Amino acid sequence: MKYLCLVYSEESALHALPDSPRDEECLAYAESVHESGRMIAAEALESVQTATTVRVRNGKSTITDGPFAETKEQLAGFYLVDARDLNEAIQIAAKIPAARVGSVEVRPVRELVTSERPEDAPLAQNATR
Amino acid sequence: MSEQSAQQMREVVDSVYRNESRRVLATLIRLLGDFELAEEALHDAFAAAMQQWQRDGVPANPRAWLVSAGRFKAIDSLRRRARFDASQTELARQIEADNEEAAPGEDEDVEDDRLRLIFTCCHPALPPHAQVALTLREVCGLTTEEIARAFLTTPTTVAQRIVRAKAKIRDARIPYQVPSRDALPERMDSVLRVVYLVFNEGYSASFGESLTRDDLSREAIRLGRLLVELLPEPEAMGLLALMLLHESRRSARFTSAGALILLSDQDRSLWDIERIAEGGALVERALLSRRFGPYTLQAAIAAVHAEAPSADDTDWEQIVGLYDVLARVESSPVIELNRAVAVAMHHGPAVGLAIIDAILERGDLLDYHLAHAARADLYRRLGRNGEARIAYRRALELTRHQQQERQFLEQRLKELPG
Repeated sequence: MKYLCLVYSEESALHALPDSPRDEECLAYAESVHESGRMIAAEALESVQTATTVRVRNGKSTITDGPFAETKEQLAGFYLVDARDLNEAIQIAAKIPAARVGSVEVRPVRELVTSERPEDAPLAQNATR
Repeated sequence: MSEQSAQQMREVVDSVYRNESRRVLATLIRLLGDFELAEEALHDAFAAAMQQWQRDGVPANPRAWLVSAGRFKAIDSLRRRARFDASQTELARQIEADNEEAAPGEDEDVEDDRLRLIFTCCHPALPPHAQVALTLREVCGLTTEEIARAFLTTPTTVAQRIVRAKAKIRDARIPYQVPSRDALPERMDSVLRVVYLVFNEGYSASFGESLTRDDLSREAIRLGRLLVELLPEPEAMGLLALMLLHESRRSARFTSAGALILLSDQDRSLWDIERIAEGGALVERALLSRRFGPYTLQAAIAAVHAEAPSADDTDWEQIVGLYDVLARVESSPVIELNRAVAVAMHHGPAVGLAIIDAILERGDLLDYHLAHAARADLYRRLGRNGEARIAYRRALELTRHQQQERQFLEQRLKELPG
């Protein structure tokens, strides 16, 4: 049986509480699950500020800023995809069949930071191509 | 260097700034891949121009000079930062290598960059108010203070929206590109919506509220022209036509005391004939494409009004017909309301009134002051003054903050007999 473990938190508190995990600890735990042979995939996400929602109604896709906010909708599945940029990710998301009845939140994956890696990831790569 | 020649050089640089700074910025964003870095580079490039042009004369192609200077300044500044942060060295090297072949020059590239900038600023993944602020800041070159004044908010709020939008562009990797053909219609919608919003913000500005708001309409028309020039899609033409046709009536819309004048009561000799001609020609081009949409149809309606010598001599039948098509393309209660007013002009107030009542009975537009103002007007024309009075009062209740609309409605209410 495969299980999806979803991590929820109040974003402003996630990194601010005395008990908040550091990225090193998260990486170490993921590594240990991996070594046990039970890991399929795990990723941290960028802030909810980076979220974009895609819906398709009557064959027309609409893109809106922010996370989906319908309380009557429940999480039904996920795709972890590798796309060139947000536009490509949106194109892929809009073709997910369930986007016709539900909504798909597209959120970039955040790379966990260890002490030897600098904080800012290079920013020019995508845009100069 | 004499005082006088320094002054002359400042004027030259200022004029280059006015005409070229947005183009230079658009290209720098592509070359550097980062808004902040590009803005800094733009600033540095103009500062360098001020000194160097004075010494060596103005270069043959100031734009190419500025792009190249900006790019070198950015690489320098990344190198300086690299002393503290090793990742910047790689970035500087990458920009240097990437750009050898992408050097500025051809006008076509520059225009593509401007289009890229518009599509990026109007990306639907950004909040709508941020799209507007970012477009006015980056594409039109307005300052945050000017944008804040125009939208009656604080510079801090505007600055915050812009900063967040840029962070999302960077963190979610919104690409700097003109969308692919299949994504173009939807993305074009988003751009046109931003431009029209900017226009309306300026157009609905009340008399005397400040000149900056008129400027917004001018900026919107400038953006509209730029879009038509860069990407002559029918709806872009339709929107430009719509804005020009509205704008043509600007000086006829208010009395000298600042009171609102309805279209039917306007002095049509004050309408701007040149804008009407330009708008009309664009409508025709857009209609001929057969790929037109709601902006073109609204422009076509505005064009019929613009051609009429008076309200009574307006081709109301054609206007009703155009509203029918519009309602099919984009049905909305507001469009139905406008159609009802046209029907009332063509078939009499009672027929129009029945349509508006049906919209309200459905539960739509109950809090929309113009629905009640339109009802009041139709009752007045039918001589049913008691019902007109009630409708005017309801409309007034709903226009607490719109000074001119209030004055207009109060005046009408006062004029009602008995």
